[in-house]
This record gives sequence, C-alpha cells and structure tokens, in this order.
Amino acid sequence: MISMTPRKHIPLSLTLLTPAVAIFLTLAVGAGIFGILGFSPLGSLYTFFVAPISRPDQIGDLFVKACPLIITATGLVFCFRANVWNIGAEGQLVFGAIFSGWVALSFPDWPAITLMPAMVLASIIGGICWAMIPALLKVRFNTNEILVSLMLTYVAALFIDWLVRGPWRDPMSFGFPLTKMYSDAGLIHRIDVPFVGSLGQLHWGVVGALLLAIAGSFVLSRTILGFQIKVMGDAPRAGRFAGFKPHLVTIGVMAIAGGAAGLAGMVEVSASMGQLQPNVSFGYGFTAIIVAFLARLNPIGVIFAGLIVALAELGGDYAQIALGMPKVVTGVFKGILLFMLLAGETFNRYHITWRPSAVMPVSKEQ
Amino acid sequence: MEALILTVLLTSVPLIFAATGELVAERSGVLNLGVEGMMLMGAVSAFAATSILGNPYMGILAGAVAGALTAAVFSLFALGLATNQVATGLALTIFGSGLSGLVGAPFVGGTVEGLPNLAIPLLVDIPVIGNLLFNHDIMAYLSIGFLVLVAWFLNRTRAGLVLRAVGNSHDSAHALGYRVLLVRFGAVSFGGMMAGLGGAYLPLVLTPHWSEGMTAGRGWIALALVVFASWIPSRILIGALLFGGITIMQLAGQARGWTVPSQMLSMLPYIATIIVLVVIARNRDFALANSPACLGRLFIGNK
Repeated sequence: MISMTPRKHIPLSLTLLTPAVAIFLTLAVGAGIFGILGFSPLGSLYTFFVAPISRPDQIGDLFVKACPLIITATGLVFCFRANVWNIGAEGQLVFGAIFSGWVALSFPDWPAITLMPAMVLASIIGGICWAMIPALLKVRFNTNEILVSLMLTYVAALFIDWLVRGPWRDPMSFGFPLTKMYSDAGLIHRIDVPFVGSLGQLHWGVVGALLLAIAGSFVLSRTILGFQIKVMGDAPRAGRFAGFKPHLVTIGVMAIAGGAAGLAGMVEVSASMGQLQPNVSFGYGFTAIIVAFLARLNPIGVIFAGLIVALAELGGDYAQIALGMPKVVTGVFKGILLFMLLAGETFNRYHITWRPSAVMPVSKEQ
Repeated sequence: MEALILTVLLTSVPLIFAATGELVAERSGVLNLGVEGMMLMGAVSAFAATSILGNPYMGILAGAVAGALTAAVFSLFALGLATNQVATGLALTIFGSGLSGLVGAPFVGGTVEGLPNLAIPLLVDIPVIGNLLFNHDIMAYLSIGFLVLVAWFLNRTRAGLVLRAVGNSHDSAHALGYRVLLVRFGAVSFGGMMAGLGGAYLPLVLTPHWSEGMTAGRGWIALALVVFASWIPSRILIGALLFGGITIMQLAGQARGWTVPSQMLSMLPYIATIIVLVVIARNRDFALANSPACLGRLFIGNK
C-alpha cells in the first residue's frame, strides 16, 4: 500500500528539484516512446532539444518563440492561482490579434508613437472582451468556465478565418487569405545588439514580455490584489470571511489572463507576421498552460519555463523539417512534462512511503 | 430528407460513446478532461489496425483498447498520485493529440474500407423508420446498447450503487470498506474505452481517413453533453442527437446555398454548447440534482 501524509513544511530544495526531475523524466519517457515507435531515441532528443539552439542566432529565436508563451502564461498564473480554470487563452490571444489588427489596418498613417500604444490597448481590450464571456457566465449563471472558454477558442479560430478570407482580405493578395500588411509604424522591430547586429529574430516584444513577467510577480506578491487572488485560490472560505468578493476575483483574474493573452496575440502578429492570417497562433494559448505549471505558478519562473517549453516548440519545427513529423508531435513531450510536473507536486506536498498492506496504521494526526 | 436524418444519427454516435463513458467516470467522482485525447488515440489506433489488418472489426477493438490504455495513464497520475484532475486531464488531451499525430503520421493520406451496414431482418422492412433505425453499422447499435447498459447498471445494480456512492462521498464509501480507487480506476478505464470507441467511429464510418486532430473538439462537446444530461444517461441520447442535428445544419446550409459564411455555420455546435451550458446552469436544482458531490475532489486513501 502507498501511504501519503501531508508535509508540514516543504523544503526549498524539493521546490527547486521537482521541475528539474520532471524535465529529466520527460526526456527519458519521451525518448522511450520515440524508441518504441521506431525512431532513434537519442536522435529524436537531439532534433528536439539540441539542434534548435546550436548556433548563437538561434538563441534569439528561442526568446522569440518564448515571447507569446511568457506573456500568456504570466496572465494564466493569476487565473490558476485563484483556482479559475481559463483554458481558452488561445481564443483570447486570437481576439487580441484581431482588435489590434483592426487598429493597424484602419489607421495606417498614424506615427508609431500613437499607433503602437493604440494597438497594445486594443489587443488588451480584445483579449479581455473574449475572456469576459466565460467569466460573466460563470459569475452570473455558474457555468463551467473550462468548457465555455474552450468552446470560444474554436469560435475565435473560425472568426479570424472568416475575417481574413472575407471582409478583411487584401484585394491584392492574389486570393491568399491575408490582410494588407501593417504600416511600418505598426510593426515591432528587431533589436540591434551591439557588435553582433541582430540576434536571430530577437525583437523588442521579448523585452516587453520579460518586463511583464516581472510586473506580474510584483502584483502577485506585493499587492492586495495579489493577496486576494492567492487567498481565494487556497482557502476560498477564509477569503469570504475576510470580506473578499469571489465574483470580483474571478472577473479580475479572467481579465488579467485575457488581457495578457490578447497582448501576446498583438506582439506575435506585429513582430513575426506583419499582417493577419488564418493561423495567428500555433497553440500558444494551450502551451502557455504548461508553461504556467512548469513555473509552479510563479511569474518569474514563467520566464525560465517559457524558454524551456519554447525549446521543445522549436524542436517540433525542426522535427517537422528534418524527420517529416507533424508539428503536434511536440505534444508528446508537452503532455508528459505536465504529467511529471503534477506528479512532482504530489511528492512535494505529501510524504510518500511504501508499506506492506494489511496492517492499518495508527493515525498520528491529533 | 431521409439522408439528412441518417447523417444526424451517424454524427451523434461518437458523442454518445464518449459522453456515456465520461458520465460513468464522473458518476464515480472523477472529472477526466482528457476525452479529446482518448478519442484521438482511439481514432488513430482504429485506423492503423484497420489498414494493417484489413478488418474494420479489429479497428473497433484497437480503438477500445487504445482508449482504455490512454485512460490508464490518467488513472496512474490522477488516482495513483492524486494529482489535480483538471490539469491531468488537460495533459492527457495534449499528450493524446501529440502521440496520435506521431503514430498516425505514416497513415496520413490512406483510406480504409468502412464498417458495413448490418440490416436487422424484418425490422428493417418497417415502413419509414425501418431503414432509418435498423440499417446501421454495428457500432451504431453498440452505442445505444452501451447507453442502455450503463443506465441499467447505474440505477439497478448493486455495483452501480457502489460506484455512485464512491462519487458522492468517497470518505463514507472508504469507511464502509469499498475500494474507492479501484472503483474509480474501473470507471475511468470504461470511460477511456468508450472514448476510444467514439474516436474509432470517425475513421471507420464518418470519414474513411486519418488526419491529425480529426476529432475537432468532439471530446469537449462530449464533456459538455454530460453536464447537459445532468448526469442522467438517457438524456445523453437527446443531447447527442441535438448536437448531431446542429452539426449537420452547416452541411444542409451549404447544400441549399445559404449566403451565411461557412465559418459562421461551423461555429454553431460550439456556440450551441455554450448556450446549452447556460440554459442548464440557470436551473440549479435541475442541473445539480444528480451531480456527483465528490466530482473532481482528491481522494487520499488510508489517511
């Protein structure tokens, strides 16, 4: 029989060790699965995790890949801390891209100094609007936010598909489902690194993402809002006795997550695409969930977790080109990683021992 | 018209399978959000087995086994290690999408011979409804059979009572000496098998090919159906037919040259799901009357 007793105190070493062990086990199990399916286990690991960062400029690309993940996951951390299960960040991201795209396409003559803030604001509003649907339905009717936010992801994907194939399609696009290019003022530019020039695709949005994660950490650990969120997640009864409003917290964290996801959509389009297309996101909203968990729901941790998961994402691109595998295959690693992280959480919280069955233990609690 | 009704019936079959299985798991107190992943594993395994062995019945078997095995991964973590069920279910969906894409990569572009229709003698000759109801493939019959079986099992057998007890109060059930985790493992495995069968129906009957992510959210709609059915098996049938009908509306719309953009029609099942969830949730007593009290709650044995 396995016996699990809650730990009274979680040692710091365990907190730091768990993600490392989880990553190691993920690589081992992932390689095993690839081996069983007839691929070279070590070769697969190399393709996924080494080849993508074997040149200096690829480090820049790694940060670029991590950028939307870090932004989105920072917002999701707030939701998950409050025990609100927003899993529709993907749709909120798409709506951020749509709203900012509308601004960029409507006011191409504006200078960057006004256009850029307007696009940022629009993207945040877009993401919040889309997140408010599950949030308000949950608060008002007690509907399940998981299912509603997820269904809205499919709706958002179909909506942008309609926009870029229909009313917003560039007449000069030769029938391709693309909008006009944004004006130069609506684009996020690459960073000129001293002595090196540009480092891969590294752009200013990455700097914004890092700042956002740091700001998120501050809000969560140093403000009343952050405190309320944590209390409502860990001990909702205590929170209600303290006079916190559960509905307001739900709406607040959904707005934060939606706004962040929307912003990620704007950054992704303005930095990497320059125009709207049917696929503005490649599952970043879902991947960000794993990033948030790998970071142990800590915004600073999100930066590192974002880079690690981005590596697997880049690896997926490489595997697609080098081995002809479909892109979803990274899901094998991402899924196992999430499993391992959750298991690690159990080992963190509980002292697990194996003892022979049949002997009922005397309870030591009280 | 008859063709239209037939398509509605066929479209609802995977939903009936997946939702019935998930209902049993949820009645035992386990929320497994990995239905989409289990369906995809079922679909790819069914397609692979059928194209290798050349027999669609082996495909059914492969789909069921693959679904149950995928569910076992969920059980290992969510039951064995008491991990958060919501997050574990998400992980299972991500994992299932990835692994099915990997396993299915060599089969993209191939086709298989679908399941043959088995007309039930005599009954099929009944005017009007005969051909509609009694001239289907074996899985369509099976889906209804399982639904009836589950309804009978949950409400009329002692084992079903134990399963519901575990879902309503795992501590009491544990104190009475029932093996909570074992019961839940059984329920989750059954749910996985049913999701696998639902997934298998896609390549074996609906569209005779494999493409990654071909379930297109059906697993999530099945989860919504369980809420819609307010955890009562017979209501799943109504819900599944409703969704089948809505899904088919887009095809019918295109055929009749409606001027609504195709994307808007494709949104219908998802929007309908949201509306249904709201309508059901508004009437709290109705919605939660049969909701398992311990749904999604962690159970730590021998504490």
